[in-house]
Amino acid sequence: MNATQTRWRWLLWVAVALLLLAAPFLIEATLGRAWVRIADVALLFIMLALGLNIVVGFAGLLDLGYIAFFAVGAYCYALLASPQLAIHWPFLVLLPLGAMVAAVFGILLGAPTLRLRGDYLAIVTLGFGEIIRVLLNNLNRPVNITNGPQGITLIDPLQIGGFSLAQTHSFAGLTFTALHSYYFVFLACAVVSIIISRRLEDSRIGRAWVAIREDELAAASMGINTRNMKLLAFAMGATFGGVAGGLFASFQGFISPESFHLIDSIMVLCMVVLGGMGNVAGVVLGAVLLTALPEALRYIGPLQQRWFGEVFIDPSDLRMLLFGLALVLMMLFRPSGIWPARRRTAENVTERMTEKRHASG
Amino acid sequence: MQAADILLAATGISKHFGGLAALTDVSISVRRGEIFGLIGPNGAGKTTLFNVLTGLYAADAGELAFDGQTITGSKPHRVARQGIARTFQNIRLFGGMTALENVMVGRHVRTRTGVLGAVLRTRGAAAEERAITRRARELLDYCGLAARAGTLARDLPYGDQRRLEIARALATEPKLLALDEPAAGMNATETATLRKLLERILAGGVALLLIEHDMKLVMGLSHRVAVLDYGEKIAEGEPAAVQRDPKVIAAYLGGTVV
Ligand SMILES: Nc1ncnc2c1ncn2[C@@H]1O[C@H](COP(=O)(O)OP(=O)(O)OP(=O)(O)O)[C@@H](O)[C@H]1O
Ligand SMILES: [Mg+2]
Repeated sequence: MNATQTRWRWLLWVAVALLLLAAPFLIEATLGRAWVRIADVALLFIMLALGLNIVVGFAGLLDLGYIAFFAVGAYCYALLASPQLAIHWPFLVLLPLGAMVAAVFGILLGAPTLRLRGDYLAIVTLGFGEIIRVLLNNLNRPVNITNGPQGITLIDPLQIGGFSLAQTHSFAGLTFTALHSYYFVFLACAVVSIIISRRLEDSRIGRAWVAIREDELAAASMGINTRNMKLLAFAMGATFGGVAGGLFASFQGFISPESFHLIDSIMVLCMVVLGGMGNVAGVVLGAVLLTALPEALRYIGPLQQRWFGEVFIDPSDLRMLLFGLALVLMMLFRPSGIWPARRRTAENVTERMTEKRHASG
Repeated sequence: MQAADILLAATGISKHFGGLAALTDVSISVRRGEIFGLIGPNGAGKTTLFNVLTGLYAADAGELAFDGQTITGSKPHRVARQGIARTFQNIRLFGGMTALENVMVGRHVRTRTGVLGAVLRTRGAAAEERAITRRARELLDYCGLAARAGTLARDLPYGDQRRLEIARALATEPKLLALDEPAAGMNATETATLRKLLERILAGGVALLLIEHDMKLVMGLSHRVAVLDYGEKIAEGEPAAVQRDPKVIAAYLGGTVV
């Protein structure tokens, strides 16, 4: 790469950074405050999707219970920073703690499933996700820990020094509501998640994960300790989920087991698959699209009202309809995702050919 | 023959699949610096013996010693660490990775960067990563695949895939390289190139254990040959002697073994 190219690249990055920093204000001015909240949520989903991408995209382990780690992180934060147990630890302690607890849960899920692959692994992880949710629902008797289906309320907002993110602040002529302040914290976390993902991908560890995904037996024969590497993938993925969960709990101020359903696991999986499994940029794109599109579709209801005088299709029905349609079209036309991993682009074209050749070998 | 010369000693290996005796009391030993050929008709148990040696299958009976250590029952990744690398009869590359990345995976077992090093990109981790790339490129070059570095393994022509498997195996710094039919499906030119490559690898101090149906190749290269038939070793010795062995000729259905 020559000097001019390097300079252009720098300029591009600076422009992207400025745009991201200005985004919440631009969004508020153009689309309204509701969309700032959606941007916040999208950043959380980027973290989740990147975490699941380590497990599914890199290591090739189909995990259908991923939202459980999000739940573990959220409850870890909520229990230790709310009136529920009358504990109020600072978030600088709670976020790493949530990450660690989630990692332990990741290993707890990983260890018994090491021998499983594909469909079987999917079923067990699905069960794991449900077990966590049911546990959270029922840990209110005989001793009330989680407050059951009522959930936990009045969770402490993030507080950095004396600066509470829940309050509105003014700075340099700009008004920072809670939504704005959280945006910047989530943005920082999402950027760190992207950097971690990219660095892992281009490392000895990342290559070992991909090798396991491609051919576990050959990977073992090349000296990769497949058991440890798989556990590491589960633990790393869970860590992302745990941190995102803690941030979510502080952001919402309220959580209940209902926030952590199977459909949420599937949603995150769709972000990974739709965007381009294994490709960090694609996964980020998938997370943003799948957070924003359903919200955008809400406007279809009022539009129908305005144009036709009545609502023909309920927006939430339309959402599932379009979502299903999008997935089917993806399967047909872009099976490797919107922005596929470089490693996977050629996959589908040549797969059958290569298989034929192998069979005759 | 001194004990120190023996690199790999498999003693009394038996392996059953249900009622099928794939290996019965098979013993072989490979010396340092030699090419040891393993031949036999289809279904004789050659690949099964490889799978036992490399830890993919646990033997029902028998002992394995490698480089002075017992490796009986060791997991595949331990065996690789000890210094046995292999290729597969039905090529098993990491299809979705480039040729270069395939070889880089082979370096895994001889490198140590962990999650923290990779994420923080410490100076040590960055240096190791550069060394991995450099060594992988050298090995691609060594195996005649330099021009293929950026190609996905699954898109490579058949002969290149076989050589890439060898490059990947060499990346683990083996003392013994076990090759399961490396010339299968190759034309005469490719086989000649392969032969030169194997001779170079041997000269580099790596012993070779070679399963091969191409009799000209295996008899020409091997210092010693063992013959398996229905899971039993029916002959062992220098190629010329083995070729004349009536039992061997009978095993190949009376056909000539030349
Ligand atoms: N995993 C397995 N399960 C059941 N039977 C097996 C298994 N692996 C090998 N066999 C059987 O064991 C016998 C030996 O097979 P093996 O693959 O070792 O033969 P081979 O000498 O490598 O033959 P070829 O020259 O065709 O590669 C065959 O009858 C085969 O069907
Ligand atoms: Mg075989």
